[in-house]
Amino acid sequence: MRPQDILLPTADGLCCKPGGFHIDPVRPVERALITHGHSDHARAGHGAVLATQETLDMMRLRYGENFAGSTQVISYGEEIRLGEVKVKFHPAGHVLGSAQIAVTCKDTCIVASGDYKDAPDPTCVPFELVPCDVFITEATFGLPVFRHGDASDEVKKLLASVALFPERAHLVGAYSLGKAQRVIALLRKAGYDAPIYLHGAMEKITEYYQSRGIDLGELRPVMGMKKAALAGTITLAPPSATSDIWARRFPDPVTAFASGWMRVRARARQGGVELPLVISDHADWAGLTATIAATGAGEIWVTHGQEDALVHWCKTQGLRARPLDLVGYGEEEESEPPAPGEGEA
Amino acid sequence: MNRFAELLDRLAYEPGRNNKLRLLQGYFREVGDPDRGYALAALTGALSFKHAKPALIRDLIAARTDEVLFGLSYDYVGDLSETVALMWPKASMAAHNNPPPPTLTEVVTTLRTLGKSELPKQLERWLDELDETGRWALLKLVTGAMRIGISARLAKTAAAALGGKDPHEVELIWPGLAPPYLDLFAWLEGRAEKPVNRDPAPFRPVMLAHAIEDSDFASLDPADYIAEWKWDGIRVQAVAGRDDHGHITARLYSRTGEDITGSFPDLVPSLRLPGAIDGELLILREGRVQSFNVLQQRLNRKIVSPKLIKEFPIHLRAYDLLGDDENDLRELPFADRRERLETFIAKLGDPRIDLSPTVPFASWDALTAARADPASAGAGEDADAVEGVMLKRRDAPYLPGRPKGQWWKWKRDPHIIDAVLMYAQRGHGKRSSYYSDYTFGVWTESENGDELVPVGKAYFGFTDEELLQIDRFVRRNTTEKFGPVRHVVHEADKGLVLEVAFEGLQRSPRHKSGVAMRFPRISRLRWDKPPREADRLETLEKMLKADESLPTIKVAASADGH
Repeated sequence: MRPQDILLPTADGLCCKPGGFHIDPVRPVERALITHGHSDHARAGHGAVLATQETLDMMRLRYGENFAGSTQVISYGEEIRLGEVKVKFHPAGHVLGSAQIAVTCKDTCIVASGDYKDAPDPTCVPFELVPCDVFITEATFGLPVFRHGDASDEVKKLLASVALFPERAHLVGAYSLGKAQRVIALLRKAGYDAPIYLHGAMEKITEYYQSRGIDLGELRPVMGMKKAALAGTITLAPPSATSDIWARRFPDPVTAFASGWMRVRARARQGGVELPLVISDHADWAGLTATIAATGAGEIWVTHGQEDALVHWCKTQGLRARPLDLVGYGEEEESEPPAPGEGEA
Repeated sequence: MNRFAELLDRLAYEPGRNNKLRLLQGYFREVGDPDRGYALAALTGALSFKHAKPALIRDLIAARTDEVLFGLSYDYVGDLSETVALMWPKASMAAHNNPPPPTLTEVVTTLRTLGKSELPKQLERWLDELDETGRWALLKLVTGAMRIGISARLAKTAAAALGGKDPHEVELIWPGLAPPYLDLFAWLEGRAEKPVNRDPAPFRPVMLAHAIEDSDFASLDPADYIAEWKWDGIRVQAVAGRDDHGHITARLYSRTGEDITGSFPDLVPSLRLPGAIDGELLILREGRVQSFNVLQQRLNRKIVSPKLIKEFPIHLRAYDLLGDDENDLRELPFADRRERLETFIAKLGDPRIDLSPTVPFASWDALTAARADPASAGAGEDADAVEGVMLKRRDAPYLPGRPKGQWWKWKRDPHIIDAVLMYAQRGHGKRSSYYSDYTFGVWTESENGDELVPVGKAYFGFTDEELLQIDRFVRRNTTEKFGPVRHVVHEADKGLVLEVAFEGLQRSPRHKSGVAMRFPRISRLRWDKPPREADRLETLEKMLKADESLPTIKVAASADGH
């Protein structure tokens, strides 16, 4: 059986005909398998949804109880038969509950990895390498200039700045799901034990992380705080909020942004960021290439991001590779009111 | 080097002056000698070595990476040094013994002595040893492209603050110091005496004037002041002194103390007499002062060619004397210094250096008249280059900085037009949550009837309260967004009229309107005025013609009440 007979990119998303489902569909479908809770992958309105407990919970938080006709929980390592194929979920190390989905039909195994990273993250289960025949990889940071380094060094940079400017507030832009909680956990690991303040849009999801046993220390809503009282504090907010009217409540804020994009100066400047923190929930170039090689897959399908460079690299390694033209993933919007589900990176 | 790189990195993103100072001070405090001294040298442009060409950097990266991947990366990043810094693949460490990254001192001292043929190998080694930010800073340093938005003055101010000293004190001794400034830091940290400036031609911190307001005149007595023309040139300090061998050394400094002698070699032979002149740099053609636009063509040139010198003959118009041979005159009253200056200039007798004449006046009314018509008040044919008058207290000593009540500048009235706000963009730093950069336009006739054409951009002149008002207006009246730019409603009866003040106009083929403003700023918000009543492009064209042809300066009829 040819791989494209098992999984095929369509306008709705990646479609598995022999299994009768889509993976991370961008439009409502009958049966959806969801890799993780980010809004560009997990959308409301499907007939049946199969995902990890955490992903389902996050969708419920975001879209309400009736986000799908029916839901089914699958655990990491559990195998389920759907039509003519078997599916198995493996940790992707991207955010809490994120999974790679291995689809096996006869003797061909395809792994749709969704978004993933191979770097350590105290808020989620680490990435698991799954040997396969075809590996579907993202390419968000698919250029050799993207090297993310150790996230704890970036957090040290933030703490050094807080020490240097005790009369200013530090405002850290971070995506509400995953990044924000990871930054908080890293701050705690670095020994920062003062209360950390939260923008309203990330309260619910952060509480959910805490309810799953992830220790984030003392968190407080920033709402209602006096300006002067925010001097010397750290607040996490969705990136779009850091340059909005909302930011005026802070005393002379230092605007930080935790993202893999911060590696490139022009990108950081564009957003008016003063303290770029290179912390990413996606694999960097070294992570992508090492993972691709380690899966042992002879064929690589590359989705959303810098496909050209990664496809080129695969070919220089003697691997068959092609870009999968899937739309609707990894799009960032400069939304005016801070929306809870802005594109994630 | 990595620590210095971290500083540069942070400075490059920090928009606020005070915060930049804090970052610099933190660095000087934390980092020891001699690294911090070389950092100070790098930041003040005091380092000299042969720069590496971009082609060399390209060769280095080509030998290490795939051409296609480099091309895609360079396209994405858009800056050669940064691309190379980010994607540089380290040589396999098995071969090396993990040497520690080089210090800034090591880099600077090595670069000074390194032969051209050894440079590529050395750079490669350093690139292997440094981290991403370190590589970026190294490449910026060796290619001579270290633009990080801080002035030499700011770096010196930060160093001075280390010892709680006035930056002027550092400026005073600066010309006698050399990297890595061990004696400077020793003094600043109270470990040694103040370094003695042995420079024969040192810079003296300059005295500056306050802008005078209408209400100030009531409390001032004309008899206490001497008036001079305010020339539209460049303020400089021309210093000459004898070295240990009795030879004359001459230097030209900008008002911030930067040595700009190299840009004006044609003036050096005229600085024959030991002394320090405070004056204005101008271009004179056939004895006539040229406009600032002409002078501008002589500035910021890398190479000062004989042709440039011939076409733009430089001239110094003197208005103060701070030192006469060995004597420091700065404690003397201005009236006495002025007398000494007149004698000094007469003795010098050089066609390139002359005296800025005083403007005689008995009352503020008389001075108002002179300022309104400099041509008939003594400026003659040079009236074009007069941008107002200066008032200096007769008894004022020469004090560094901007002391109160001593010197006043009374500029001619700016041009004013009413324009319509068209686009707004967010500001930077503190203003990043405000729409504080405004593009404004005036009416012009087109095929589709009257339409607004942009004539300039302004981002200051308004009060904090006005900023809030405009910001609110922009947010509520946005019709479209293009990236960071908001298209703000601007129709005949919907929109906001801004009163824009500016210093002058130039023809500009780059602008759709054909004119460009000098120094535009928002002077008032005209909520009362409907956009249809804003000015037309024809008004600007008339002003432009007046600017170009009139020998005297146009003054708005209503402005002068004194």
